Amino acid sequence: MSQPPTGSSPEPVGPRSVPPNRAAPEQQPRWRRDFPIDWSEDDYVSRRDLVKYVVLTSAAFAAGQLWLVYETLFGRRRSQAAPRVVASVDELAVGQAKTFNYPEGSTPRLLVRTGPRTFVAYDQQCTHLQCPVVPVVEHGRLHCPCHNGWFDLQTGDPVAGPPQRRLPRVLLEVREETVYATGVEDGAG
Amino acid sequence: MPVPENFEFFVDPGRCIGCQSCLQACAQCDTHKGQSMIQLDYVDRTRSTQTLPVICMHCDSPTCAEVCPADAIKRTEDGVVQTARKPRCIACNNCVLACPFGVPKMNTRMNLMMKCDMCYDRTSVGLKPMCASVCPSQALAFGTREEMAKLRPRAKPVNTFQFGMQTIRTKVNVMVPADAPRELIDVTAAMYSPTIGHDVLEDVFESEGAT
Repeated sequence: MSQPPTGSSPEPVGPRSVPPNRAAPEQQPRWRRDFPIDWSEDDYVSRRDLVKYVVLTSAAFAAGQLWLVYETLFGRRRSQAAPRVVASVDELAVGQAKTFNYPEGSTPRLLVRTGPRTFVAYDQQCTHLQCPVVPVVEHGRLHCPCHNGWFDLQTGDPVAGPPQRRLPRVLLEVREETVYATGVEDGAG
Repeated sequence: MPVPENFEFFVDPGRCIGCQSCLQACAQCDTHKGQSMIQLDYVDRTRSTQTLPVICMHCDSPTCAEVCPADAIKRTEDGVVQTARKPRCIACNNCVLACPFGVPKMNTRMNLMMKCDMCYDRTSVGLKPMCASVCPSQALAFGTREEMAKLRPRAKPVNTFQFGMQTIRTKVNVMVPADAPRELIDVTAAMYSPTIGHDVLEDVFESEGAT
């Protein structure tokens, strides 16, 4: 506490408020800077600013939802990569499967021979929690043993268990006793 | 736009005639329409007609803002302590209890503390506050210090107050006799001076003890 001034004319108050102990601002506790009494130092959020922030944030969320809907309905993406030899037809008996990578460095893909000239290939990772799926050709299904999830072998659609999305499909082409992978269909729905 | 620096508020309780014009004019102020923010105190009603208008003194260390838990009371650069910000005020009454001058008022219907803001809508554009513009005896006066010295040569303005250990300097000046010995008003000193008249409480307890 400093002594009050003496003199004939009282000193006018300054533009800045003074803490009760009248010590210098540097000697004040930190919370004084966080909760200033001076209007100019307070970052006051006006009602208009708040409304603007809330409306724009809500609009962004709403737009995001619409984007998700669009992706779900129309967003079946086909990624093109150079065709690649996966296997020869004779390599697998009907009902047998093998894994491969396509494109190079991808997650393991599963090639299943379902008939004499028919093959299907899917991503091996279950769309629930990425466990590897196992083909059950005699039932026309793919089985994920982790949580008893089932996929249709012909389409890759989930048919039972926790998975909600279809398995990404690898597009195949059989030409002259050789199976080629020609693209990946990454179905969100 | 801030209140011009050279214009100051001067309160001269000795000139107050108790006409209550300031109360009525205050209620016309646009910053708190319909609500009078001035308290007209009677100093000792049984013995004297002396009244005292209490407006916000606009402290440089506003105790109301110090105690505000919601960070709602702000002081602008021109030294005016504003009414609580409506979105922040939680109507806790801390400021009402803490203010040494008894200025803030709680508007319970609006859940908002309201106080004299020196008619900020008027003074910030160079007009006088409502109360000073109507006071017939100019107990509430708004003008420059030179003006006041010329008009009232026998009085001097004082703006330093002592509350126990705390010194407060205010934007509003109180006029005291020019030959007054002290440059500050020690408010709490009155607590230790003998009371006026008899002490009611003491009598009550004495008679209780006797019977």
